[in-house]
Amino acid sequence: MGGEITKRKRSQDLAAPGGTSPASPERGRNLETNGVLEYAPAPEAIDHVRIAPRQDLFIAGTWREPRAGKYTAAISPSTEEQLAEIAEADERDVDDAVRAAQRAHEKYWSKSRPAERAKYLFRVARAIQEKARELAIVESMNGGKPIKESRDVDVPLAAAHFFYHAGWADKLDLAFAGRAWRPLGVAGQIIPWNFPLLMAAWKVAPALACGNTVVLKPAETTPLTALLLARIVEEAELPPGVVNVVTGAGATGAAVAAHPGVRKVAFTGSTEVGKRLQHAVAGTKKRLTLELGGKAANIVFADAPVDQAIEGIVNGIYFNQGHVCCAGSRLLVEESAHDLVVRKLKDRMALLRVGDPLDKNTDVGAIHSLPQLRKIEELVASGEKEGADRFSVSCALPRAGYWFPPTLFTGVAQSTRIAREEIFGPVLSVLTFRTPEEAVEKANGTMYGLSAGVWTDKGAKLFWMAQRLKAGVVWGNTYNKFDPAAAFGGYKESGFGREGGRQGLSAYVELS
Amino acid sequence: MAKAYKMFVGGSFVRSESGRYVQVRGSPAESADPQVVNVPRGSRKDARDAVVAARAAADGWAARTAYNRGQILYRLAEVMESRAGELRASLVRAGVPTRDASREVDVAVDRAVYYAGFCDKFQALLASHNPVSGPHFGFSLVEPMGVVAVVAPARPALLGLVSAVLPVVAGGNVCVVVAGADDPRTAVLWCECLATSDVPGGVVNVLTGEAAEIAPHLAKHREVAALDAWSADRALLVALERDASGSVKRVRTHDETAASRIASDAGQGLGFIETFLETKTVWHPVGT
Repeated sequence: MGGEITKRKRSQDLAAPGGTSPASPERGRNLETNGVLEYAPAPEAIDHVRIAPRQDLFIAGTWREPRAGKYTAAISPSTEEQLAEIAEADERDVDDAVRAAQRAHEKYWSKSRPAERAKYLFRVARAIQEKARELAIVESMNGGKPIKESRDVDVPLAAAHFFYHAGWADKLDLAFAGRAWRPLGVAGQIIPWNFPLLMAAWKVAPALACGNTVVLKPAETTPLTALLLARIVEEAELPPGVVNVVTGAGATGAAVAAHPGVRKVAFTGSTEVGKRLQHAVAGTKKRLTLELGGKAANIVFADAPVDQAIEGIVNGIYFNQGHVCCAGSRLLVEESAHDLVVRKLKDRMALLRVGDPLDKNTDVGAIHSLPQLRKIEELVASGEKEGADRFSVSCALPRAGYWFPPTLFTGVAQSTRIAREEIFGPVLSVLTFRTPEEAVEKANGTMYGLSAGVWTDKGAKLFWMAQRLKAGVVWGNTYNKFDPAAAFGGYKESGFGREGGRQGLSAYVELS
Repeated sequence: MAKAYKMFVGGSFVRSESGRYVQVRGSPAESADPQVVNVPRGSRKDARDAVVAARAAADGWAARTAYNRGQILYRLAEVMESRAGELRASLVRAGVPTRDASREVDVAVDRAVYYAGFCDKFQALLASHNPVSGPHFGFSLVEPMGVVAVVAPARPALLGLVSAVLPVVAGGNVCVVVAGADDPRTAVLWCECLATSDVPGGVVNVLTGEAAEIAPHLAKHREVAALDAWSADRALLVALERDASGSVKRVRTHDETAASRIASDAGQGLGFIETFLETKTVWHPVGT
């Protein structure tokens, strides 16, 4: 793959005044530390990571230039430096990939013994664990997410997904309540930029376990870890064509979904694109699953354990800069607890460390891209204009890269844009309620239905709420927990189909 | 005395608000019906009214115990069997040979019994305890989607209607049904069974008329969560799938071959219920 650059140039602009990195929060707001609790920079060493400057397509087990010879730049959102050139696949490349996947399905994968398929997947899981550090660093460089998240969440969960689904491969006769199953064929999988490796694992692992082959289209801006996954698939010696990776933008994804050889389309992304995809797939008899947007309510009752709830609220909205479809972006607080919760929340937010994603102390990394930053800024401006009170953490932000300070709005009306639209950034809207019925009505009063959180000390109330919330995942006294053994997916316009658990398998089989 | 055939919405028999009708022909057989009867031709407004009626019934139906829903569907089977002669005659009137009509009614009654007994079983087959890695108790359970639109197959008129509707309501959903155009009288007769079998008003709403006219409005309606469409009209099925995408509706379409298998065991099963259920995953920490 040609010459390789050996080291990422660290931006000189990154350090905040005072020389700390990440940027230190405003000091002395609530904790009088006199600087004793300042964090020293703790950068993750990246010297053993090499990113090839030019990244090709992975089709039929080989690395190939795109037919049109076109490449686009992958940028680090925290430095704005170019990380690599990425191949842009056109319809011909997609056709090659789908044909390779069809051949691999007919020739090898549908004929392989289920126990053998399992072993391949176990091997992929092991290789992800072996390369965990490299994957985490590249994920943080390419996506802008804090290294502590990519290291402790994205990468281990990706490995867990392969390990979990590997074990299903030879037990599928038991999975569907006695119904016979068969694989669908080629699965076209289009994944988003917020969890690039994890979403690849969520899609690829169950597809392969159920005997399908895959054409994976990573997000335009974050293909690097998906390409490393392709490298792992290659090293694990999966038969050629079982997994193909075609990089590119929306047109590449549309070509994957439209290809007549694709029998199943799996998409994670925005509701807007999901609707277009559902429209395009209509009448083709292709199977479709959609994981779309959200505007989750995180509901806090006055009897909740407040300090735990504060941690859950912070994790719910500021995890991965709020670039999370199930982010708890609407905080519904019981009116009597509002002032206490908001005060404690602001105190906690002031301690969040924003800055270099590769610093091990960083809590909030870079906004994923300039267009995303502009969208967040636009919605935040609308919140101010519509009369809500804005609070943003006062912290120094690096000069290069895309950044937005953790922000919350109080005094938010249910009708405003910041209460209704998915912001997909570190912005929380706080609303109040007086009765559980009102909480349910407000929580459900959205076209979305991906997730919800409930914080209360009363078990009966928690289950009463959980029964009534129209959401695919309900976190009780916790938030943003994920596991390959637990089905994930939305109600209403947050999409259909589930990923993970036994329930997620049915998206990749034909049942009779 | 000849009977006026009306649509069944919110537990009442109603005419179309549009005042329109379609004429259905058939041999009078044992009934007092004339050769030609007028059946309401449902409109967009009728469809919207039916969704309102269904929505009003949805929470109550979903909140009933599964055991109670099972007993109500079993009661429906009892009523269908007690009116088997009438249902048979209605099918014959619409051109079904006597022997086939008898068999269709028998299978339809069996199907009602089948789904009655399924009301409190599918949850155990589809739910799971999730062995997550961490100090959490987690489980996934199934819930009804809410209002489901059903475009019933034209034939078999009774068994097709029963086979499409019962798994939807057994799952705790409510539905707005467009009856097959071939034999709407039998559909109305079945609604009389529903009306006398403790199925709450609004749980099953049946419109008569042209599917191609009514169904697209249901496919676009935001209060409708899912669509189950049986039709030989391929262009209609594709159009409904497109219409449904505007609100990310769950859609299942069935062509003629699916309708031809409906009398066999392939015409019933867990999958018919599962299609119209959502999975909800719940997490809670474990600790002292």
